[in-house]
Amino acid sequence: MKRHLLSMHDLTPEDVVRVLDTAESFREVGTRVIKKVPALRGRTVVNLFYENSTRTRISFELAAKRLSADVINFTTSGSSVSKGESLKDTALTLQAMGADAVVIRHSSSGSPYQLTKWLQGSVLNAGDGTHEHPTQALLDLYTMREKLGRLEGLNVAIVGDVLHSRVARSLSFGLVKMGADVTLIGPPTLIPPDAPAWGVHVSSDIDAVLPKLDVCYMLRVQRERQRQQFFPSVREYARLFGLTRERVDALPEGCVIMHPGPMNRGVEIDSDVADLPQAVIEEQVTNGIAVRMSLLYLLLGGSGPDQLEAAGPNDEATRGADDV
Amino acid sequence: MTPISKDPGTGVLLDAGEIRRATTRIAHEILERNKGADDVVLVGIAARGDDLATRLAEQIAEIEGTKVAVGALDITFYRDDIGMRAEAPEVHETRIDFDVTGKVVVLVDDVLFTGRTIRAALDAVTDFGRAEAIQLAVLVDRGHRELPIRADYVGKNVPTRSDEIVRVLLEEVDGEDAVVVEEPR
Repeated sequence: MKRHLLSMHDLTPEDVVRVLDTAESFREVGTRVIKKVPALRGRTVVNLFYENSTRTRISFELAAKRLSADVINFTTSGSSVSKGESLKDTALTLQAMGADAVVIRHSSSGSPYQLTKWLQGSVLNAGDGTHEHPTQALLDLYTMREKLGRLEGLNVAIVGDVLHSRVARSLSFGLVKMGADVTLIGPPTLIPPDAPAWGVHVSSDIDAVLPKLDVCYMLRVQRERQRQQFFPSVREYARLFGLTRERVDALPEGCVIMHPGPMNRGVEIDSDVADLPQAVIEEQVTNGIAVRMSLLYLLLGGSGPDQLEAAGPNDEATRGADDV
Repeated sequence: MTPISKDPGTGVLLDAGEIRRATTRIAHEILERNKGADDVVLVGIAARGDDLATRLAEQIAEIEGTKVAVGALDITFYRDDIGMRAEAPEVHETRIDFDVTGKVVVLVDDVLFTGRTIRAALDAVTDFGRAEAIQLAVLVDRGHRELPIRADYVGKNVPTRSDEIVRVLLEEVDGEDAVVVEEPR
């Protein structure tokens, strides 16, 4: 694996399988009385959140703590960023403090990539602008594989505001990479013009797609990101694209309903639909911790590509054969 | 399958029959030392220690008629060489679906070498509960300890050079039973 995780394009299909398999073991850790292992003892993980996100930050924080890493939460309000400090100077400060990994969320697409130029440690993208949110995509892939036993050949619909959704981009890239069949559904104004180049289908008729689905993935209507009006009214959106009880009835048996949260109940998903047993939204959250543990472990667990040659040549060979 | 012949030239330390006799003896020793198997649970260290633990449980059941619980433990997250390796090591399954509190936990591994795996396993088992006692059973003790750890039950003591590789092959994973010593690559 590469040292950073900025985009789903950083991972090969084999990397994805390794992340999900390792997450499986961390799920087990989460079921123990003592939900903690010493795997990253002595390492420092910084959560650098330029944008509010309680759930992602807590998920990363818990993941790092369950690996016994030291965690520093750095939010922009009340920090020197509000005094005008640049991202570069913040990065150099973290570098000087010996951060081994920086988890960054930023409203500007590409800021995690910028960070990699100034930091020696690993950079994990926890959502950048309208670009990507790879850890969310990986926890969604984990949940799909857990519920349906495979990723290859799955029929997945991603419904809603794809244009502003970094989750939708990362998830589409991940699903296509793993051999799933993806259909993006939404008002034409909310589907990115380059979407067909991702290897996905595009539709604005949700009812035509529902009967063949294995996964129905509802996106949040991101009103805070929409500086202009992309659809006439929320009520119309809910009627045309919302997951109602009637639409759930059109889904095949065994179809899983997912949502990255937080939900606008009554807009993209009806309140009682969100509470159905086939809606696995809470499990996505639980799996998020395990998947983020897996990523932190795999990115920080080695000495990094720079020191590949410094490691003993027989080190890996003896593992499994001997007690080392 | 034709049994592997024990020829010093091929580096075979134990053949299938010797492995069977060693595990049978260890099963007897566990029962003798713990006066039966009532409070005993077996925890095998992945990979291969878990298969040996399953075999020991079968033999204990044959001898004593008692079914002891068997778990599998992966110690990867408890290793002390994190960051000293090129890549994060491969993770195996941990499956301990019983309470270890108050039990005699017999850790089972294939080869005892530096003792670092066992140190990690002791930490890991402690996270599952407070065992009455923890004992250690290994198929091969090859020496070269780096920590003050010794086994309670040993299939065979084998003097080795520290750069040699001792490999345990088991029917369950490798298709045959043998312990072989290989020259360093």
